[in-house]
Amino acid sequence: MIDKILPSPAAAMADVPYGAVVMIGGFGTAGLPNELVDALIAQGATGLTIVNNNAGNGDTGLAALLAAGRVRKIICSFPRQVDSWHFDRLYRAGQIELELVPQGTLAERIRAAGAGIGGFFTPTGYGTELARGKETRLIDGRWQVFESPIHADYALIKAERGDRWGNLTYRMTARNFGPVMAMAARVTVASVHEIVPLGALDPEAVVTPGVYVQRVVQVARAGTAAGGFRTTA
Amino acid sequence: MARRVAQDIPEGAVVNLGIGLPTKVADHLPPDREVMMHSENGVIGMGPAPPPGTEDYDLINAGKQPVTLRPGGSFFHHADSFALMRGGHLDICVLGAFQVSGGGDLANWHTGAADAIPAVGGAMDLAVGARQTWVMMEHTTKAGEAKIVPACTCPVTGLACVSRIYTDLAVIDVGTDGLRVREIAEGLSFDELQAATAVPLRR
Repeated sequence: MIDKILPSPAAAMADVPYGAVVMIGGFGTAGLPNELVDALIAQGATGLTIVNNNAGNGDTGLAALLAAGRVRKIICSFPRQVDSWHFDRLYRAGQIELELVPQGTLAERIRAAGAGIGGFFTPTGYGTELARGKETRLIDGRWQVFESPIHADYALIKAERGDRWGNLTYRMTARNFGPVMAMAARVTVASVHEIVPLGALDPEAVVTPGVYVQRVVQVARAGTAAGGFRTTA
Repeated sequence: MARRVAQDIPEGAVVNLGIGLPTKVADHLPPDREVMMHSENGVIGMGPAPPPGTEDYDLINAGKQPVTLRPGGSFFHHADSFALMRGGHLDICVLGAFQVSGGGDLANWHTGAADAIPAVGGAMDLAVGARQTWVMMEHTTKAGEAKIVPACTCPVTGLACVSRIYTDLAVIDVGTDGLRVREIAEGLSFDELQAATAVPLRR
């Protein structure tokens, strides 16, 4: 029987080694799998390369991972935010390496890794600082920049419902990077708020087929702003 | 300014409003005009902010503020959201700017200050991806320096990507043959507008 369900975030994070490349889903706090990141902090792996759209908000989740000094390098599009003080401090102190990538190029580089594409040319970034040193080519009258795939050892993503095969559905804009990151990692860990019996998810509505997911963990729905969901009660 | 931009957004357009000043354009669209609002974080058909107390932080815009979804709206992942931009499916994006050059180069992601932490987000994808990139900004800096310049001194976001500039003083089209003034603010002369602009304008 295929059963990808693990009992806890800690069990799902137990084997992350020193120096792993870890993708973390989320746009700001929406879709950020806080419980998995907390388990990664507790697990203690260091020298990590993190791929996320941002570089942490406030003092929880990704920001806490950075604050704990576990991250060697971050690949992201928008590190500077009003509440990114932990990243800001590390960056100014030269204690973290930053690879800044335009957001759409970041998503497509991740998708390319998952799709087995060796890279692609995109008009985004041509003529800017972020394309410096990269191969360029004139295609259909437009200058384009060569971009490489980003592979990961782990992807930590947040979904809404899942089953024991790892099929996933998401909730509104918390979907963001989840589906492409799931494709790009050797081990994808999805936190879900609800585990349903196999066959219960409408096959037409499955966003991430279970083949892209290796581990599923159920977590309680957070009632905090950082959890990405606010209860109306 | 926001009202003036809203006038030019036609029925049926797929539109992305940048963070900051451009966000206000949505408040000036007549309710009977169907416009599909796109946000880079994977939503089309975005509606206004929800009433206080009903915010849902799984439904946010690019500025990470809670929004609503209009009937007909849909969600998609990030790679699809940017494919929508680059692939020519986004009719108009409205962006803020530090500077625009006479050739339509845009600088809006980084002041270039040595100690600034760079952050680009979706700015470069939007600037070159949208079919039309409109800039909405004050005509000059607070110190009175021109923001429409022969060549950007701030790091550029995209080259020759701006098609129209809306400022507090004028509406200006950017073409292959230079800048053409479409409208001037009431009470301002062409010569006064030219004096505030570091690139030759045509009427």
